[in-house]
Amino acid sequence: MKNKFLKSLGFVALTAVILVSCTKDLDRKPFYDVTSASVYKDLTGYKQVLAKTYGGLSLTGNSGPDGNGDISGIDEGFSSYLRQYWQAQELPTDEAVIGWNDATIRDFHHMTWSSSDVFLRALYNRIYFQITLCNEFIRESTPDKVSERSITGADATEIGYFRAEVRFLRALSYYHALDLFGNVPFVTENDPIGNFLPPQITRANLFNFIESELKAIETQLKPAKTNEYARVDAAAAWSLLAKLYLNAQVYTGVSKYSEAVTYCNKVIAVAGYSLLPTYRFLFLADNNATSTNETIFPVTFDGNKTRTWGGTTYLVHAPIGGSMSPSSHGVDFGWGGLRTTKQFVQKFADPSGATDKRASFYTSGQSIDINDISTFTDGYSIIKFRNVTSTGANGSNVTWVDTDFPMFRLAEIYLTYAEAVLRGGGGDIPTAVNYINLLRQRAYGNATGNITSSDLTLQFVLDERARELYWETTRRTDLIRYGQFTEGTYLWAWKGNTLNGQAVGSHRKLYPIPAADLTANPNLVQNPGY
Amino acid sequence: MCLKKLIKAAGLIILTFISLVSFAQNKVITGKATDSKDGSGVSGASVSAKGTRVGTTTSADGSFSLSVPSGTTTLVISSVGFGTQEVSIEGKSSIDVSLVVTNTTLNEVVVTGYGTVKRKDLTGSVATVSSKDFVKGPITSPEQLINGKVAGVQITAPSGAPGAGGRILIRGGASLNATNSPLIIIDGVPIDQQSGIAGSPNALGLLNPNDIETFNILKDPSAAAIYGSRASNGVIIITTKKGKSGKLRVSFSTLNSISTVGKTVDVLNADEFRTLVNGKGNNTQKSKLGTANTDWQNQIYGSAFATDNNISLTGGIDKLPYRFSLGFLSQDGILKTGSLRRSSASLNLNPKLLKDHLKVDLNLRGVLTNSRFANEGAIGTAVNFDPTQPVNNSNGRFGGYNEWIDPSSNRPDGLAPKNPVGLLNLRNDESDVKRFISNIQLDYKFHFLPDLRANLNVGIDYSKGEGTIKIPDSSGQSYLRSVTNGGGAQASGSDNQYQQTKKNKLLEFYLNYVKDIKVLKSRIDVMTGYGYQDFIRESPAYPDVAANGTVVTPEGNPFKTQNTLISFFSRVNYSLMNKYLLTVNWRADASSRFDKSIRWGYFPSVAFAWNVSNEGFFKKQKVLTDLKFRLSYGETGQQEIGSDYQYLPVYNLSNNTAMYQFGNTFYNVFRPQAYDANLRWETTSNYGAGVDFGFMNGRFTGTIDIYKKKSEDLLNRISVPVGTNFSNEIITNIGTMENRGFEFTLNSAIIRRKNLNWDFGFNITYNKNEITQLTAVNSSSYQGTQVGGISGGVGNTIQIHTVGYAANTFYVLQQVYNSNNKPIEALYVDRNGDGIINNNDYYRNKSPNPDILLGVTSGVTCHNWTFNCTVRGNFGNYMYNNVFSNNGTFRTNSLNFLTNVSRNYLETGFANNQYFSDYYLQDASFIRMDQASLGYDFGKVFQDKANLRATLNVQNVFVMTKYKGLDPEIAGGIDNNFYPRPRVFSLGFNLDF
Repeated sequence: MKNKFLKSLGFVALTAVILVSCTKDLDRKPFYDVTSASVYKDLTGYKQVLAKTYGGLSLTGNSGPDGNGDISGIDEGFSSYLRQYWQAQELPTDEAVIGWNDATIRDFHHMTWSSSDVFLRALYNRIYFQITLCNEFIRESTPDKVSERSITGADATEIGYFRAEVRFLRALSYYHALDLFGNVPFVTENDPIGNFLPPQITRANLFNFIESELKAIETQLKPAKTNEYARVDAAAAWSLLAKLYLNAQVYTGVSKYSEAVTYCNKVIAVAGYSLLPTYRFLFLADNNATSTNETIFPVTFDGNKTRTWGGTTYLVHAPIGGSMSPSSHGVDFGWGGLRTTKQFVQKFADPSGATDKRASFYTSGQSIDINDISTFTDGYSIIKFRNVTSTGANGSNVTWVDTDFPMFRLAEIYLTYAEAVLRGGGGDIPTAVNYINLLRQRAYGNATGNITSSDLTLQFVLDERARELYWETTRRTDLIRYGQFTEGTYLWAWKGNTLNGQAVGSHRKLYPIPAADLTANPNLVQNPGY
Repeated sequence: MCLKKLIKAAGLIILTFISLVSFAQNKVITGKATDSKDGSGVSGASVSAKGTRVGTTTSADGSFSLSVPSGTTTLVISSVGFGTQEVSIEGKSSIDVSLVVTNTTLNEVVVTGYGTVKRKDLTGSVATVSSKDFVKGPITSPEQLINGKVAGVQITAPSGAPGAGGRILIRGGASLNATNSPLIIIDGVPIDQQSGIAGSPNALGLLNPNDIETFNILKDPSAAAIYGSRASNGVIIITTKKGKSGKLRVSFSTLNSISTVGKTVDVLNADEFRTLVNGKGNNTQKSKLGTANTDWQNQIYGSAFATDNNISLTGGIDKLPYRFSLGFLSQDGILKTGSLRRSSASLNLNPKLLKDHLKVDLNLRGVLTNSRFANEGAIGTAVNFDPTQPVNNSNGRFGGYNEWIDPSSNRPDGLAPKNPVGLLNLRNDESDVKRFISNIQLDYKFHFLPDLRANLNVGIDYSKGEGTIKIPDSSGQSYLRSVTNGGGAQASGSDNQYQQTKKNKLLEFYLNYVKDIKVLKSRIDVMTGYGYQDFIRESPAYPDVAANGTVVTPEGNPFKTQNTLISFFSRVNYSLMNKYLLTVNWRADASSRFDKSIRWGYFPSVAFAWNVSNEGFFKKQKVLTDLKFRLSYGETGQQEIGSDYQYLPVYNLSNNTAMYQFGNTFYNVFRPQAYDANLRWETTSNYGAGVDFGFMNGRFTGTIDIYKKKSEDLLNRISVPVGTNFSNEIITNIGTMENRGFEFTLNSAIIRRKNLNWDFGFNITYNKNEITQLTAVNSSSYQGTQVGGISGGVGNTIQIHTVGYAANTFYVLQQVYNSNNKPIEALYVDRNGDGIINNNDYYRNKSPNPDILLGVTSGVTCHNWTFNCTVRGNFGNYMYNNVFSNNGTFRTNSLNFLTNVSRNYLETGFANNQYFSDYYLQDASFIRMDQASLGYDFGKVFQDKANLRATLNVQNVFVMTKYKGLDPEIAGGIDNNFYPRPRVFSLGFNLDF
């Protein structure tokens, strides 16, 4: 009996040991993900996080092209920063229509979007995902933290450059928020992750923040044209400042054209920037090699290593349909969606491309008029972005595209200069005419398209911007600046959801704050009219 | 089974003892107790003289002999599983008693988790379905055995795919984003709540239904709370068949079935389509018309054969009872090329050692499946592939299957549907899955304190699935896909593989003390224990490889994750005077999925029952034979959030196709992951009340339950304020949801005659679901969380979670109709009156979940014939007809191909898809006869050495519904490319030696 009792006691004791020893098993750690301590241990780790802050503009997640998305609430392919930014800037304008059935995608061109629009929410979320990533990097890259982690010397200096670049990327995203949504939540590296309700900043105050950030980093960034490809240098900051100042009247009610001229001049003065002789090469698969003298800041893509359903993959596939040949554009098949309106086609006196080579419409089997947006053959298609190289070879992959997207390029700086001069920002008209003629000589291949100072009107500059920069995410901003976006002064097919176009409410110059964030953050007040 | 024997043995000992101490024995009554069903003797039935302590039990052939005191007028004969009978013995010396099987016996043993309880002592709502009541016929997924049998349990029949499983929803489901599947426990081993494994999507499909003895469904917290953090959606405890001592019994069964194709999607035939295109198409379209007449659905579906063969050996070697079974299932799908082969083996040993102080229960269970998954993409393309095109081409390209060509590239058109027959025949997705579930349970009754038991349960559930997907070079379905340009090598097809491993380890230990305290007229039953369970899921990474070996996409990151659950639990059952029953459960669970400071969750429950049957006044009336009232309250939890490390701030490294370029170097990128350090349990508070009743000598028994479940801190995917986390949405604990319902069950033995029995079961359930909070701050501007992705466009959804509505309510535009009641294309009601139709005009209408569930089962036995059937009904559920909305349009276009249309097009004439129109929302209430079977018992055959039964069975007999699509019963309420349920005719034989 005693023996049995002891046995039982032993059994109980053994059990107690098992119980205690097992509770540490509750501290399970991931097998593949890592903590911040091991990420930020050296320059390489910092650079890989830096790559994500850049990649946030092109990649949709950590598994290309999909499968581990950054943001949710939308199909990952649609969630691309560049794709959504492109749609918001191009689809509500004369430059683009899309014929798909995806959720509210047609509301863009019809200008009937609401605050619960899934695409606007995705764009907004993308912008703030980017800002939050940047805040995290800025937090983790203070000189104190870097030295705490025993990183010194050249590596520490390089991380200092990284930090300035990330501040630029944050300013860029805040600029997009400012331009698209106006009065938006404001978070910096000083705010926590987790339980926190960001305050709303006014458009004017956000303008000041972006301006001060860009001015602060302009000297901390690497000098223009000294950084490696695809990384930001001082010229990128100047370009963004020029854009910010050009639109200051819209954003703050106070014009800053002379500042725009100043920063255009800074870019133009950089030795090494010049126009690429062949316009179409700017948008081809090898533009990372051919276009570095014109492109100031690209967003990169690669058919094998940087795969996404957004970005230039979208811009190459979506306009292919009808009788177009996908393979001649370096891809496997078209998505049959994007076209353009007659009003945009008519910006070119000769849309064939024989005169002004920037006109790259596909017209065979396509009608210039759009009677039914869902019919791909209604409206000309545009073949600006292609997955073939300047030598005619295909990109590295037939599905995902190699072509990089020029976020800023010299041509836009020339046009900004010309407009700011015309709007009274100083500078001089002959220089402006000269810059415009540089663009037109490239476009025409000779001087037959050249203009004189009498031709240089504001409307001419707007139209020239359309001809030069179409499908490069500037059109909505340009039309708003010119008072032609919501107004009846300029109509295009299906503007306001009618065949011949009509004016829409002026509140649509700003997009609504997505309802989801209004709910999540009671500090926010909706933009007027929504 | 062994428990029933125990009870019988206990009864025998007690009664023998009683008879020994009885004195006045002056009349001997002899007789025989027989089973009313077949006249066979009932052994071990207790026979007692009413009003005395005199009694005996029947022998093996059912006969008995009992001396009763003079003046005794009545004998009481009772046996487990049969209704108690009182027989007059006045003037008789011999009686024969025909005992009638009762559907719900009060002495039935109910498995409640970490122990058992007799039904009469139960305080909670636990439904038990044992093998004799299982749905008959060719069933491959175990949950279908009880479909329609239990109130409050909605089991959606699986699709027609071989091995597919149904969805189980108990009392409406307690969660929004976490799983709504109940916790399933097989012989004491809780299985992973995350569905299936690569190569076998149905987690339960790996259990041979023929090995199952009972299902116990713990619906309310009085019972389920003992499983704490995993019990919010109820618990299903599956007990498998055990060894029985005695001589070897061999049971062999074979069931052979033909699955036939029932309804298919109604599309235009070739001539109708030609007429349509010639009438409404443009010249491009007309030029594409062919001359063939192909019924594509007819091409991809066909009758399929299945055979399910099982053999079991049960018996005892000395004191070692065993059961060994082997099963082999071979099932072909009606969608051609699909098949399932399942071989299973199980061994159960349950010896009693140390003079019955130590009970051992060892279960070893292994299964191997080999599946070939038919390419279900063919279901959709068979609907919209042009019927004027032939199946085969003349030039032999694409494996000889006719495909739409993009003339500019001379390749298959990327947007066009692919040849359905080619999709099937040229894709070979084969998997092999091994699963091994085993546990040993040691139950030790202390020598020095027999009231105290210690129970140790150690188990493992290991499964590994591996498969390959092979598509030949020439196939149109992956022709020249995503290949690296240049170099000339063009890669097509696929030679891919996948693999997943799951390891689930379990250790549980508890002590149980049971004591009758006679002076207090009380019985206490106290259990307390500890549990440890660990789950590892792992998948290696494989590259995407073309048929010729070219790597199309290099492998990504492998996947491995682990979570651990540690628990302490305790239960007290207290019974006073056998009338007042109290159960208190308490469980503490700690999950590795939550932060250290908040990882312990506590789940209490309390339940009270009043067993009126044992009151003196009750016995004065004759109408009711049983009456019990129950009340319960409890809290249960949910921690199945999908990811194991959601609370930790970590960085994720991108794979090699999500790199970013600086200079000429590509960098894998590090992304900080969204996290919620405060993530914790979801808690469901349950209130329940019920009545159990029986009348006419237990021939009619029933249960009424009402319940209210309130889930709080719902694990909810919500929008966080932008800028405050590394994604726009995180899983966090926000939101509340309620389910309220009513359940009624009636089981009856309507006819009990010598050669005719009729059993009839009926249950009805009403459930109402409502979301009561979704966001941290309730906001009227917030429309809700859109869910329910549909086919057509990208990212389109048709349902929404909104406060004040049922989860998954449809979110649609209100269609405008003309005077002929025809929908007007693209015309919707401007519900907010702002002059534009946009997503502010959507409204919430109907839900995919039924308000009322109905289950009816009926069984008739007449002489050697038996007839069984099961009928189920769902009422108030709606379906979004995505087949209509996606295929119900025709318009001119310049595409390189034609697509057929649903016959619904003839009603609408729509040119463009109107995906969000409420026109496509259809009433999907239905009544379905799941199964009907006719059996014949040949009795003794082979010179009395064996017993033979034959059954003829029809599954999916008929469906009555107003729904216009293929099938009104599709989980989730979105009908799109649904694998049709076949009608299955089967013939089976059972041979028992």
